[in-house]
Amino acid sequence: MSTATSANPAVPAPQDKRRRTLYRGDPGMWSWVLHRITGATIFFFLFVHVLDTALVRVSPQAYNEIIETYKTPIVGLMEVGLVAAVLYHALNGIRVILIDFWAEGPRYQRQMLWVIGAVWLLLMVPALVVLGIHMAERFL
Amino acid sequence: MSAPDRQLQRGQTAPVLERSHDRPAGLDNPRAPRRRSGMPNFEKYAWLFMRFSGIVLVFLVLGHLFIGLMWENGVYRIDFNYVAQRWSSPFWQTWDLLMLWLAQLHGGNGMRTIIADYTRKDSTRFWLNALLALSMVFTLVLGSYVLLTFDANIS
Repeated sequence: MSTATSANPAVPAPQDKRRRTLYRGDPGMWSWVLHRITGATIFFFLFVHVLDTALVRVSPQAYNEIIETYKTPIVGLMEVGLVAAVLYHALNGIRVILIDFWAEGPRYQRQMLWVIGAVWLLLMVPALVVLGIHMAERFL
Repeated sequence: MSAPDRQLQRGQTAPVLERSHDRPAGLDNPRAPRRRSGMPNFEKYAWLFMRFSGIVLVFLVLGHLFIGLMWENGVYRIDFNYVAQRWSSPFWQTWDLLMLWLAQLHGGNGMRTIIADYTRKDSTRFWLNALLALSMVFTLVLGSYVLLTFDANIS
């Protein structure tokens, strides 16, 4: 108690002075970053989506005119991005809920990240195929 | 990013940043009683709401995306008549109204968290939160109004 640990020559000084954390750089951190980015993206999309749908209250012509501008290849690619973002946010959200409420959740957070990554890929492939077929039928 | 930790010599003062938002008053007086205002346990209820609304939204939003983008011709079949047909059913009206409210409150609370994390000045946080609240009220009122007063025979 009277001897300071740092003064004890038997204890070697740590080689790396940088603070090490369990969290920084862990895949869990990147899943959080991605969750935040996809969430904010979806929020802004929702704003635009409510605005464009509100045009059904103006006139059928106004609504159809705006929706027609959405039926282009570039917006088609943005829809692929939207599906990717929503799918990740949904799957990772389920993972967050399991970490919070399931007793073993924190222990398996990393394994669950690989699982949702696999499920994301498994769902993105058919979604990409279906969206691609729709776009090919329309634009090719 | 923070600089590597530096060992201070006895009597040396730690370098502090100058601005008030870099060094909030609470740091110098950490045991000061917190000002209690607003709904008690609001943050707990917001946290719980994120989880429960999230579970419901997984089904509502993924179903909505599937019907809107994948089913039949996807987005290329959508026009006014399509919307009129969908909203003639109370089931889809309820679906869309519930999805609008849950998604807007879920997303709005998420944006509030992001604003709280990255703003440093109180005034910046206040104005961003005011803008957020305004956009949420606008979206919820407009969306609910359009959904509940929809008229398939308009003009």
